[in-house]
Amino acid sequence: MTPRIFAFLCLLPLAIFSLAFLALPLVQLFAGAVEGDLGWGIYLEILRTPRYLSTLWQTVVISILVTVAALSVSTTAGLFLARHRFWGRGLLLSILTLPLAFPGVVVGFMIILLAGRQGLINDLTPGRVVFAYSSVGLFLGYLYFSIPRVLLTVMAAVEKLDPALEEAARTLGARPVAILRDVLLPGLAPALVASGAIAFATAMGAFGTAFTLATDIDVLPMVIYTEFTLSANIAMASALSILLGLVTWALLLWARSFAGATVAGGG
Amino acid sequence: MRIGFFIQLTVTLLAAAFLIVPAIQSILAGLTVNYFRGLSSGLTLKWVFEVWDLYADSILLSLWLALGCLVATLIIGVPAAYGLARNPGRTSRVLEEFVSLPLAVPGLALALALLQLYGTMKGFRMSAMFILVGHILYTLPFMIRSVLAVMAAMDLKTLEESAATLGAPPWRTFIDIVVPNAMPGILAGALTVVTLSIGEFNLTWMLHTPLLKTLPVGLADSYASMRLEIASAYTLVFFIMIVPLLTAMQWASNRLSRINP
Repeated sequence: MTPRIFAFLCLLPLAIFSLAFLALPLVQLFAGAVEGDLGWGIYLEILRTPRYLSTLWQTVVISILVTVAALSVSTTAGLFLARHRFWGRGLLLSILTLPLAFPGVVVGFMIILLAGRQGLINDLTPGRVVFAYSSVGLFLGYLYFSIPRVLLTVMAAVEKLDPALEEAARTLGARPVAILRDVLLPGLAPALVASGAIAFATAMGAFGTAFTLATDIDVLPMVIYTEFTLSANIAMASALSILLGLVTWALLLWARSFAGATVAGGG
Repeated sequence: MRIGFFIQLTVTLLAAAFLIVPAIQSILAGLTVNYFRGLSSGLTLKWVFEVWDLYADSILLSLWLALGCLVATLIIGVPAAYGLARNPGRTSRVLEEFVSLPLAVPGLALALALLQLYGTMKGFRMSAMFILVGHILYTLPFMIRSVLAVMAAMDLKTLEESAATLGAPPWRTFIDIVVPNAMPGILAGALTVVTLSIGEFNLTWMLHTPLLKTLPVGLADSYASMRLEIASAYTLVFFIMIVPLLTAMQWASNRLSRINP
């Protein structure tokens, strides 16, 4: 057996598995979307139905807000943690990356504990303050799982920045705000774009968090779920999943051209 | 400068508090006799035992699935990474990109695709194998990438040529030389696979059957229908399983990026 043939054989299990459980199911998903009465018109139907349009709009808006918030918080914290050494830094870093392994359902439960009916905020404040099940709760849930993802990418980028540039700017008399604006942020820009795209794509596709919070605003994954299970509208569920999948896939592909990292997991 | 420092410190501390406070609450709630009355009602392990009575099956199923997923991703992923590293080129890039789709496409969409193709094959659909396939699909790219990162830095050609000169067939070279050298990548990949499999919800929720609930599916169930103490105690059990795994995973990945920057 020549090395060439052996290397080819090594790829065989992967090829068989991917064909059976990735390629063929995806083909079926695309076929399933146009199998209904509407045919290809199903995609037009998405644009014609106010409920789907408003869902799309709400999902995009909340994902943008979460991305902006996560970028601001994580860049601030990332710069701070990468540039300072102090007692308890390791602990802070562990806390800030802990939710990486939490499934979306657990994140949803964390928000219920903070802002639900028996939640901390309702206990500490006079009157009834319950917002876990509103759009604010959903926003906080998405922020919860986005902070660690963005933080890791930003910190990796900060460590690669040349500290000499910052020192030079300081020596030349630049004020901290100017250093941030003219030196740090431009240097971090590729990492910020990449991690922003990751945060946005994850928020778009997050299912577990919305599922647990059972919120009063509709997001795309929840609508796909209800179309499939409650309405048995398989064609529409497929068409919406294809739309969602294409958007997140294209975004992440674009993000990777800025920075190599891919961070695990869905909300 | 000092003001900037304090703003940064405050944001960092607030973010950490936002993430850790509800986790601590859930740990306390799972150990408190009556959460509504507070800690003064006393501490107990009663809820943890009750979780075990109610959900032992789902916890064990998750462990079995994680193990099965690990074995399958090792068998498929490690040789595949070698095949990809050995034939760098356009075809390999496209193949790698394709099998990495589950990283980018939401689990819900993948689950719908699997359900539409295999939903009618009842024997397969109703078995734990169906969930296992979903988990393998989702974790395989992590294994391949982790191993590929190490192999890409190895001088495979020279290693192989020396082994071939000494009379070793290609499969011996792979087992005796390539795999031991790729161990840091395999370890990091293995820990990632197990951690992700135990926590996977988005795919599993669609693929599971009423008789086959995994740990996160059981969590969703307890959040919806159990009292807060039981839901919290179950979350505590999940934390106890996942936190050491996550720590080990981060250690292995950091070690990997130091060996192979």
